[in-house]
Amino acid sequence: MTSPVITVTHGVVGYDGRPVLRDVSLTVTAGEVVAVLGANGSGKSTLIRAVLGLVPLVSGSVTLFDHPLRRFRQWHRIGYVPQRLGAGSGVPATVREVVASGRLARRGVLRPPGRADRDAVDAALASVGLADRAGDPVATLSGGQQQRTLIARALAGQPELLVLDEPTAGVDAASQEAFAGALKDFVAGGGTVLLVAHELGPLRPLISRAVVVHAGGIAHDGAVPEPAGHHADPDHDHVHPHGPDEPAGLWSS
Amino acid sequence: MELFQYPYMQRALIGALVIGLAAPALGIYLVQRRLALIGDGVGHVALTGVGAGLLLNHSPVLVAVIVASLGAITIELVRARGRTSGDLALALLFYGGIAGGVMLVGLSDNTRALNAYLFGSLTTISPGDLTTITVLGAAILVTMLALRPALFAVCHDEEYARVSGLPVRTLNLLLAVATAVTVTIAMRAVGVLLISALMVVPVAAAQQVTRGFRGTMAAAMALGLFAAGSGVYVAANANTAPGASVVLMAIASFAVVALGGTVWRALRRRAAPAAAPAAEPHEVVLHRS
Repeated sequence: MTSPVITVTHGVVGYDGRPVLRDVSLTVTAGEVVAVLGANGSGKSTLIRAVLGLVPLVSGSVTLFDHPLRRFRQWHRIGYVPQRLGAGSGVPATVREVVASGRLARRGVLRPPGRADRDAVDAALASVGLADRAGDPVATLSGGQQQRTLIARALAGQPELLVLDEPTAGVDAASQEAFAGALKDFVAGGGTVLLVAHELGPLRPLISRAVVVHAGGIAHDGAVPEPAGHHADPDHDHVHPHGPDEPAGLWSS
Repeated sequence: MELFQYPYMQRALIGALVIGLAAPALGIYLVQRRLALIGDGVGHVALTGVGAGLLLNHSPVLVAVIVASLGAITIELVRARGRTSGDLALALLFYGGIAGGVMLVGLSDNTRALNAYLFGSLTTISPGDLTTITVLGAAILVTMLALRPALFAVCHDEEYARVSGLPVRTLNLLLAVATAVTVTIAMRAVGVLLISALMVVPVAAAQQVTRGFRGTMAAAMALGLFAAGSGVYVAANANTAPGASVVLMAIASFAVVALGGTVWRALRRRAAPAAAPAAEPHEVVLHRS
């Protein structure tokens, strides 16, 4: 029996009166791998941020694991992978230290890390192929390796649902492959995935359903659509820059 | 060395060491957040508390803790709302704080006290003051060490911490209050105008040579302890202002560590030149034959 993991009902999100999402409804059930596709500025990142409660809904509702978002407390069931590591902190941190943050949802604020925590961090580092970089400062890693660090952080919490915001944008091919492998293992273990993507690349075989967001609404919900126009050209090289989805600074404090 | 046989010098030394240890333990989170100068702002606000305490004939340190905490909480709430007017609100708070302090101290016919709080007055620490400094300093130290994973997560990536279900707002307010308490106890040692130095400079020095957060924290605490101890020692022997001596020792240790780190890295690079990372295959055809 598959139960809904995420339910968005008539969700509306706006910033300063400017609507970004208008009346969006979406259901993700356990075991699905759902890709949210759409052009830059379509509102696809906003959709998953609303699902996680990072941006407030103007109206409508979000339900996570059968709990209304406002009363949802089982955050250890969710692993979140942001688009990139925050603006970069002033103090160096090792890859292992960043990945270990992923255990907090499970462990709580006060309990010191134990054996299970260390094992989970080791396993997560190994699954993204960064075990040999565990002691290096995150700032010395390439963009793709930093992205893998963030995925390891989410996996370290042993979540049931992974929510990823453009995990492969601007990431080198080796990291994309490592990432696709880690995601495949996660899905094989019964995990549910909601990811925002601009292009699917090596993830494509994993996706069970695609949702296309266009101009703040859902334009398509079903099989992964075929690329249109010049994107469909087999020789098409994806060369345009991957800018941030929406202008930065509106809600990024 | 005989100077340290006098109880007031012993109190000065112990007080400085406690602050030297606690201030960087808190400061590392502020640096990580890129709020390195927030301690300075809270210090300005604390001065109003000192003035109010002197005027009301209550313990200035205690009133300063309360007023500085309220100020720090206000700053945190302004920051969390993330509006562009935030820095203007902070400016109002900072300058309002220092002007209010100067005015209230002036009203209290204890104007000589102003200097003690502006620039520190380690040698006038009473046994009661030392107890306050030690108890509050220990509380800060224990909190900062015990909550390190959670505070690290919040300061490193606040959104991720929120999705982890951490009590982000509570932790932020805790950090704000801890900043206020640290500022207030450090005020006796180095003065309002130099407080941020003890929170920030040892961290800045440590991160020149460390790789991780935990290592940086340990090294910053060691450097803070060294700066406090050697600063008081220099002050006692050269008869200089203790607060300024402590801060100058901290800055000197920054210079030494930064220089040492640069030399060490250069030597290591010469010993084993790092191989260039393997490049990705070209994504476009460069040469057609």
